[in-house]
Amino acid sequence: MAIDILMPALSPTMESGTLSKWTIAVGDPVRSGDVIAEIETDKATMEVEAVDDGVLASILVADGSDGVAVGTVIARLAEDGEAVEDVASAAVPPPAPVSPEPVSSAPVSDPAEASAASQIDAVSADPVPAVAEPVQTSAVAAVAAPKAPATSADGSRIFASPLARRIAVDRGIDLARLSGSGPHGRILRRDVEEQAASPAPVMASAAGQMSASASAPVAGASSLEPNSQMRRIIAQRLQESKANAPHFYLTVDCEIDNLLAARRMMNDKAGEGVKISVNDLVIRAAAMALMAVPKANASWEGDHTRLFHHADIAMAVAVDGGLVTPVVWAAEQKGLAALSEITRDLASRARDGQLAPEEFSGGSFTISNLGMYGIREFAAVINPPHGAILAVGAGEERPVVRDGQLAVATVMTVTLSADHRVVDGAVGAEWLQAFKGYIEQPVTMLL
Amino acid sequence: MAQEKNFDLVVIGGGPGGYVAAIRAAQLGMSVALVEREHLGGICLNWGCIPTKALLRAAELRHSIDEMQAFGITITGEVKIDLPAVVKRSRKVAERLSMGVKHLLKKNKVSVFDAVAKLGAKQGDQRVVSLSDGGDITGRNIILATGARARTLPGLEADGTKILTYREAMIPETMPKSLVIIGSGAIGAEFASFYLDMGVDVTLIEAMDRILPVEDEEISSFVQNAFEKRGMKIMTGVKLSSLTASKAGVTAAFDGKQDDISVERAILAVGITGNTEALGLEGTGVKVERNHIVTDKSGATGEPGIYAIGDVAGPPWLAHKASHEGIACVEHMAGMKDAHPIADGAVPGCTYCRPQVASIGLTEAAAKAAGHDIRVGRFPMLANGKAIAMGDDQGLIKTVFDKKTGELLGAHMVGPEVTELIQGYAVARTLEATEAELMQTIFPHPTLSEAMHESVLDAYGRAIHF
Repeated sequence: MAIDILMPALSPTMESGTLSKWTIAVGDPVRSGDVIAEIETDKATMEVEAVDDGVLASILVADGSDGVAVGTVIARLAEDGEAVEDVASAAVPPPAPVSPEPVSSAPVSDPAEASAASQIDAVSADPVPAVAEPVQTSAVAAVAAPKAPATSADGSRIFASPLARRIAVDRGIDLARLSGSGPHGRILRRDVEEQAASPAPVMASAAGQMSASASAPVAGASSLEPNSQMRRIIAQRLQESKANAPHFYLTVDCEIDNLLAARRMMNDKAGEGVKISVNDLVIRAAAMALMAVPKANASWEGDHTRLFHHADIAMAVAVDGGLVTPVVWAAEQKGLAALSEITRDLASRARDGQLAPEEFSGGSFTISNLGMYGIREFAAVINPPHGAILAVGAGEERPVVRDGQLAVATVMTVTLSADHRVVDGAVGAEWLQAFKGYIEQPVTMLL
Repeated sequence: MAQEKNFDLVVIGGGPGGYVAAIRAAQLGMSVALVEREHLGGICLNWGCIPTKALLRAAELRHSIDEMQAFGITITGEVKIDLPAVVKRSRKVAERLSMGVKHLLKKNKVSVFDAVAKLGAKQGDQRVVSLSDGGDITGRNIILATGARARTLPGLEADGTKILTYREAMIPETMPKSLVIIGSGAIGAEFASFYLDMGVDVTLIEAMDRILPVEDEEISSFVQNAFEKRGMKIMTGVKLSSLTASKAGVTAAFDGKQDDISVERAILAVGITGNTEALGLEGTGVKVERNHIVTDKSGATGEPGIYAIGDVAGPPWLAHKASHEGIACVEHMAGMKDAHPIADGAVPGCTYCRPQVASIGLTEAAAKAAGHDIRVGRFPMLANGKAIAMGDDQGLIKTVFDKKTGELLGAHMVGPEVTELIQGYAVARTLEATEAELMQTIFPHPTLSEAMHESVLDAYGRAIHF
């Protein structure tokens, strides 16, 4: 029996992903546990391990295919003793050579039996609508002319005229990104043509046509970058956040001279390899403040509000092409040395794209620190489903007034963006007060 | 009767543009007045589309008697045409529909004024419209839907007895022995066909190089052959220098070597001109160019609050174009987001001569001139089962597609009932169908519409029955 290898769900929310690379080739023997492919999901690149033994008979979804729906048959294994050729030819669904439908729409036969990720749960193993892009496959080499997808990535139907669809395919325009001007929002030819006319042609400068007219606007002064999975997820989630979570903002100045002195002292006394950063102290203070004001540690879930019992604090880490938010679980229970080690490890693995999905999903609160760029203060967009995010500015020497006298202090301005559905103004203010207290009197956060 | 005097909308002109706009505005909750100087329904209903169709139906029935024998039916006795009765029926049809319009306006609570209207001053956000019966009404918005009339050219003036416009041509008391028709657009071609079927010796004169010059060349030439086969004389590419009426009849003289023609009567069908005069446009921002009011796509003129639709706002001079403009204009006025101004090439045109002609979109030549790489499909009615059964198998359906996108750029039809068929292609164009959807559509058998399907298939080398 041939064994189907299915596109695994690497996180509970994953619907599709990019198959970035096969690490084995057709004909290679495979042992359970071998890494066979790499898959790019929302925020990380994951390795896919084989769960069965056999020989790779055919690859049905090529390297670099994106938008591969979870549950899609991506390859087939021949069991030991089985002829690879038989499996390769059997891998083609019956009418495949002339079928315009990519193999990705093949029904999921038995996910439990053959999946590379045997943990696929019932939800993610549900057949997912055919993938957006035509999938280049070895078995179905000659696919019919590509058709514009009838559904968007989230599976909803795209209403577009046949002519609009054809022009969109011809010009490489994603209909899912257009809004239609026809009846009931139907996408018409003019919508596609307007979209096609708006971005400057990418090829113009490459083709060296720029010398023709010096006074004309420079063609090709912009270029088109395909949006990565991460970019799309960031766009979708943050847009959703701004649209759904009524944000409000509270700003407070924290004097951090004491904090800096305490940090110096700790780092001086600490053992080899321990280096506590200001950010670690900020996370610690935020965790303590969430414990002190538990109402601020909440998430809106429609019919109910989820109250968290731990301070699961996500920290925004800028990575190439976007950002990820790995979570420090139960940060209130971590000592500073441990906390520091955890944050350093998370940040470095985030930059390498090596985080596991559960390391950056969930949490209740985010910290975003742009102090190292000299940003004085800013307001951040809440990272859903979190209830709030703290935007941390640079610590800098500023004039302060003490007892009617001007003095100099190192001041760090922080802004809390809170989701008013779960955190009211007074709760947010109380939380900030607590946070400021821990920061300005760092001894208290060590309790 | 104490009537309301201040309205949200005053429509001037009760033709297919004006009355349709008035009803749509009433549906949208506006208080509406409609001022009509002569007949509700306008030229279309009273002196155009409708009464000519009644006449042409009489001609068609007369013609079908000649065909009876082929169907195995013999009629003994003399076939006589009672011309006054033919004309009377045509007038009755017009009258019935005009009454229908009156009823529709009443049902929609549109106040109708039988008067000639003239725009007056602005009073706040209202504009005064003075009526010829002495009263004044006001409207927040005004739609000018005053239509058009037959154009006359210098040296070619109608006298109403020997040299006629469409109006007199529609109510002949006697049939002339011979007739010259100047102009071979839709109006000229329809009268030529009608009078020919009524036994008149008809000469059709066209200044352009072919008759029905707005149609695709193949269609023009198809109709010309059909007309000539029936005995019509056709002169194209000739320039008339004078048309002189005398007791004996009418003499047409031409520039160049062409000999004069003497006939009993002449019909002028050299186009129409907008009714822009005496509307009180002076001092407003309404601009008139080449006898038509200048508007944007929604009918707005240069003067806020004044709109113009239909023939007075320019070609194509077609009733359905006027109606569509009226609706788009009112919906735009009401701030509706999905108001749908007329798209380029979306107005179908129909000519009810025998054979009928219908078309939409670009001709083959125009499509090429616009830079399209095209595919052309043709299907003759000769190969259509229904047409053969009907004994009316002369016709051609031609479709023009953009090779790259599969867009139906144009469709051009001549033959039996094609005026009833063209809407299929119009719907396809509005839905932005490509050749694929048209091919995938099942056309019922046996119908003339199968020829439409076959024409599309032929454009892609897939016609089954030819």
